[in-house]
Amino acid sequence: MAETKERKLPPPAVSEETQAYWDAAGKGKLLVRKCTSCGQAHHYPRTICPFCFSDKTEWVEASGKGTIYSYSVMRRAPVPYAIGYVTLAEGPRMLTNIVDCDLDKLKCDQAVTVVFKPTDGGPPLPMFTPA
Amino acid sequence: MSIKGKAYIAGIYEHPTRLAKDISLAQIHAQCAKGALEDAGLTKDDVDGYFCAGDAPGLGPMSMVEYMGLKVRHVDSTDTGGSSYVLHVGHAAEAIASGKCKVALITLAGRPRAEGMATGTVPRSRGGTPTPDDPFEFPYGPTVVNMYANCAMRHMYEFGTTSEQLAWIKVAASHHAQYNPHALLKDVVTVEEVVNSPMISDPLHRLDCCVITDGGGAIVVVAPEIAANLKRPKVKLLGASEFIKTQMGGKVDLTYSGARFTGAAAFAEAGVKPSDMKYASIYDSFTITVLMQLEDLGFCEKGKGGAFVADGNLISGIGKLPFNTDGGGLCNNHPANRGGLTKVLEAVRQLRGEAHPKVQVKNCDLAIAHGTGGSLGLRHGSATVILERE
Repeated sequence: MAETKERKLPPPAVSEETQAYWDAAGKGKLLVRKCTSCGQAHHYPRTICPFCFSDKTEWVEASGKGTIYSYSVMRRAPVPYAIGYVTLAEGPRMLTNIVDCDLDKLKCDQAVTVVFKPTDGGPPLPMFTPA
Repeated sequence: MSIKGKAYIAGIYEHPTRLAKDISLAQIHAQCAKGALEDAGLTKDDVDGYFCAGDAPGLGPMSMVEYMGLKVRHVDSTDTGGSSYVLHVGHAAEAIASGKCKVALITLAGRPRAEGMATGTVPRSRGGTPTPDDPFEFPYGPTVVNMYANCAMRHMYEFGTTSEQLAWIKVAASHHAQYNPHALLKDVVTVEEVVNSPMISDPLHRLDCCVITDGGGAIVVVAPEIAANLKRPKVKLLGASEFIKTQMGGKVDLTYSGARFTGAAAFAEAGVKPSDMKYASIYDSFTITVLMQLEDLGFCEKGKGGAFVADGNLISGIGKLPFNTDGGGLCNNHPANRGGLTKVLEAVRQLRGEAHPKVQVKNCDLAIAHGTGGSLGLRHGSATVILERE
């Protein structure tokens, strides 16, 4: 097991635009922003859709399921960690950490599920662990 | 309007230092400017356009124009990370073509070693008002190396690229660096040494990473009528292009870079193709950077970069595509953690016939210089120039 110690996580710098995302994270829910004009979800969340530029966007709760698109185990750190992109079942790929597992056994396209990890004084961060 | 044939690179200079403990940032910028102007046979008073990026102190052009005592009528401080200075060559040509200046000076300098900067391995938040991406990235610990590593990991998964193939890129750079007296790393390395060097962030080893150096460089771009009266060999700009590639709202694709677009556009403007290039300066922050850019620029098919770079194909005198014959960022110099300017410098040396005799490409009349700045895995700027010896 490469991950033996817990990393201290810095709090995200929450802005007015994404307060709801972090409030939901505090309740163990992962939100994605979806456009009702073009029907596509995107990440990171914005009020104006980055695909069609419509301002008809809304929060939807994600299933929390996804697959690892890519990753890297950062060895040159006080506590090694896996950082990568997870492809959410809802479509977007999000930057995240893969946690609570043997970091030496991760693989691209592996199925993962969301977990929430506390930060140092801020809302928790959505991360993923092998399903 | 095209910039083809509208501007020439008349002067270049690469600062010899790799550790600048006793010189200031502004001082390095000015020393580089002086060196490039002297190389061109021009003076400070000839300069009427100035270009710099985020490495310049203070408010960029305002601070440096004052420090150097310039009097300019055109400035540009576009910052696309390490690719900025390749982009600046294109912007300088645009300014010259539209009559905004005739002698454009581009400078770069930095002291990451002297300042003890934790380059590449520590997550950086920009502070102040956070960028919109910051809360969704910074807490997860993205660093320069681990995000480039994400690209390498996916490339290996999709295309079967191997660590040994990536290692050949470093091996080629080291073959060239042995002849550069200023190179930080002059020892020739083997594929085995690269793949057995410590893992920094899977799958990138220490020797897959570029050097960290202080120093800088400068480029002087001039109008055709200025170039005509100078004594140096004439290096003409044929094509230039820039692009910003992003995470595309979550449609992240790590298998290609912005070079896919800048290469196509620059080659089209120049009216030449990748196989016409006698020499290539390719941004080499990491070995994977080179591999992906070679594919995206059209030197080989997407996914075949591993086979293309293997077996010494990038070594001057041995392979089909001599690259980074100064030793590149992987062995020679990566001043200010920004390697785009030095890419242009070695392309100009090759076209002038002034590269080291051991690495000089015979009859080198066409060359490409390409830069990538920022994070290949998050968002990056790409810039390409095509240059011709006239």
